[in-house]
Amino acid sequence: MTTTFDTTTLTVTIDGRRIAARTGQTVLEVCRENSIHIPTLCYDPRLKPYGGCRLCIVEIEGLRGYPTSCTTTVADGMVVTTESEALFELRRSVIELLLSDHKVDCLTCQSSGQCGLQDTAYEHAVEMPRFSGELHVEFIESENPLIARDLTKCIMCGRCVRICAEVEGRYVYGFTDRGFDSLPNTPYGVPLHDAYCEFCGQCVSTCPTGALSNKLGKFKGRIWEVEHTETTCGYCGVGCTLDVSTKNGKVIDVTAPLERGVNGGNLCAKGRYGWGYTHSPDRLTTPLVRRDGELVEVTWDEAIAEIAERLTAIRDEHGPESIGGLASAKCTNEENYLFQKVLRAGIGTHNIDHCARL
Amino acid sequence: MAGLAAAFGSGAMTNSIADLGEADVALVIGSNTAEAHPIIGIELKRAAKNGTRIIMVDPRRVRLADHAERWVAIKPGTNTAFLNAMMSIILAEGLADHAFIAERTEGFDALRRLIEDYDVDAAAEICGVTAEEIRQVALAYGSAGKASIVYSMGITQHTSGTEQVRAIANLAMLTGNIGRPGTGVNPLRGQNNVQGACDLACLPNCLPGYQPLTERGTLDRFCDYWETDHELPAESGLTLVEMMDAAVAGELKALYIMGENPAVADPNQTHVLEALEALDFVVVQDIFMTETAAFADVILPAATFLEKEGTFTNTERRIQRVRKAVDAPGEALADGEIILRLSRAIGLEMDYETPAEVMREMAEVTPQYGGVTYERLEATGGLQWPCPDADHPGTPILHAERFTRGKGAFAAVDYVPSPEQVDTERPLILTTGRQLWNFHTNTMTDNSPGLAELSDHPYIEMSRADAEPLGICDGDLVEMTSKHGTVTAHAHVGRENAPKRGVVFMPFHFADAPANRVTSSAVDPTSKIPGLKVTAVRITKVKTPSN
Repeated sequence: MTTTFDTTTLTVTIDGRRIAARTGQTVLEVCRENSIHIPTLCYDPRLKPYGGCRLCIVEIEGLRGYPTSCTTTVADGMVVTTESEALFELRRSVIELLLSDHKVDCLTCQSSGQCGLQDTAYEHAVEMPRFSGELHVEFIESENPLIARDLTKCIMCGRCVRICAEVEGRYVYGFTDRGFDSLPNTPYGVPLHDAYCEFCGQCVSTCPTGALSNKLGKFKGRIWEVEHTETTCGYCGVGCTLDVSTKNGKVIDVTAPLERGVNGGNLCAKGRYGWGYTHSPDRLTTPLVRRDGELVEVTWDEAIAEIAERLTAIRDEHGPESIGGLASAKCTNEENYLFQKVLRAGIGTHNIDHCARL
Repeated sequence: MAGLAAAFGSGAMTNSIADLGEADVALVIGSNTAEAHPIIGIELKRAAKNGTRIIMVDPRRVRLADHAERWVAIKPGTNTAFLNAMMSIILAEGLADHAFIAERTEGFDALRRLIEDYDVDAAAEICGVTAEEIRQVALAYGSAGKASIVYSMGITQHTSGTEQVRAIANLAMLTGNIGRPGTGVNPLRGQNNVQGACDLACLPNCLPGYQPLTERGTLDRFCDYWETDHELPAESGLTLVEMMDAAVAGELKALYIMGENPAVADPNQTHVLEALEALDFVVVQDIFMTETAAFADVILPAATFLEKEGTFTNTERRIQRVRKAVDAPGEALADGEIILRLSRAIGLEMDYETPAEVMREMAEVTPQYGGVTYERLEATGGLQWPCPDADHPGTPILHAERFTRGKGAFAAVDYVPSPEQVDTERPLILTTGRQLWNFHTNTMTDNSPGLAELSDHPYIEMSRADAEPLGICDGDLVEMTSKHGTVTAHAHVGRENAPKRGVVFMPFHFADAPANRVTSSAVDPTSKIPGLKVTAVRITKVKTPSN
């Protein structure tokens, strides 16, 4: 059962604005719905509220301290303040603490420009963090071809641990060790493949920093250089919405836009990483015709003329039922429509099928 | 699909993906959802966390079983016996929805006669499960307020696939689990646009929108609309498997193959290769030099989905936009553009400036797509058919007030044993399927860096109980032989998804060890789907790898 909100509407006041909300919604959700910006690092709409990063703190009249808006549900008549000098200073201190053990690597970090930590540091004018401390020992897992893990950039938001458990149900990650040494890792620190990882890359998709990144797109393009195309995945029948990043005519990354399409930001290994074939050097690039047993390159006009001639001759000699066509469950609706139209109206046969049964 | 269309009037998934989580009980039968449809797998896992009772019925302990309340290890090909036994228990326990049956369905009496005195113990014996397991599943499904059935090729790829689908439809109707959120009969489509290719009549037995071609009036209307000079016959053409037979018999002379790889994907590979060899003229239009292209007289370079504009229709009947992200390499062209060029060359004038114009024509001739335009798809993100006119919002749940065909049709179908039966010579049942990191014949995944490295080895999966007496250990090279052929691969013994005793599994993705070399091309007489899920085989050890 999906979470069904009580549809009763409540009225809350946020930064002086009176806003209608539904029972069961969190303060953060109401703010997001109404385009009121609250900085977050551990929040992802695909996950349960966590309250770990403490950046989404707000002031609520009648409540002591600074509750986290992601874990506080709205109540009728609630009065919320999302911006104040105190909140700014508190959030700023949190960011400075996060930076105190962070490998600041924005020069070449793949996440630069799409990094939650970078964005919140900028937003809170953290030029020189007040604190400096021990860094984590360089830990870069490179034993798999898809996911790069650099835990010196981890901020312990737990999103990778939670998405693998809550959404994927695979439980590949957990927090290992204690205190400063605590990090999200696989059991006994084994490589991902040995931890039954499915390589869906959901952990990469939710990581707010460069701790997890996609190897395929690394050093191929910065976020501000790429073009985005929203399309529908070409693998299974689910029809996930994809955001394809391209630079200089090449795909460099595939992600899923949050809260859109049937997948709502989720993807599997094939959808996220299975696009490299499109740029394979083995792609067919020229029409080929077999002459004396050898395939020779021809122009489109020659190839089409040859097909038309041979098909017409076979039809004239053996009848239209001697010709058949296999359409494709990979092609578009429009192409499949045209294909059966050509066979039916152009050749005169119903010998048309595709691999629906396989 | 043929089975579901006969029962309900439409062969498509009745409900929507987002709706699966509404179910109190979800019966997942013959679907490796978490690997073949991972995002629907996520929905079901989420549902399980929120209280939906997931029941898996499958010969293998597929990944979703980790999240299920129960895994019932059924013998491949025996689903009808299982489902009939379930219905018998549901009827006896007074869990049938007689009001629904009376009001919305027809033909129940024949089914009642079949299931009333059904021998549940005999069915349990056939299925290789206990009668108590069947009973528990029946009570769970039968007493649920909202119960959904999810299935895939584990139901359809049998020589009795149509009967198995009818049995599923019977079960849903018997309990009134149709037409409401969280209920329904939900076949999951394996490929991105199987649904669309069917909707637009890339099938030998219908015209766009499943309109019958045996009705002269309908056929003539299409012929007039398409302005064709050809006299189209009012009888079905050949299916894929029939085309291969006709080619071997010398009756089919030419085959135009757009984006398919029958040399690997189709059953009984030896027969398919023979057919391709026998043809006078073969055209292959594809993105790679596939195994099938080796037989082609003309090979045309096509574009991938990332290189063209159009629409796909997903498993829940949602028509969605496909947009061009990059240019096709070299001279490669979109499949649609190639077809337009060919059509002009054979004298059928087709002039469309854009795919949107093709959609306009499709909407005119396909009732389910009547209200679909590119403008609406851009605005809504997708429309679920039937969407008959411009004001229609699309249909998330089919058969809500009435079935597409009027009344839902029960059919008294009983278990028919597969022609592939085990004996002392071939004591194991092979079932084939997909795995997570590979897709179909691997043309795409094997050429994608990263994925290709994760899984590049064909394998045969078996239980410890079957492997030990044969002296086979995990990793050994084994040979698998059926009546149809032999294939060699490494054994995976007793691993995470191991099948039940007596059953072995092999993914069909790999051209260097094609599972379809050992499968039979015997088909279901109605749907013409080959019985890929049941093949009697023998396995012998070849050698233990030295390392």
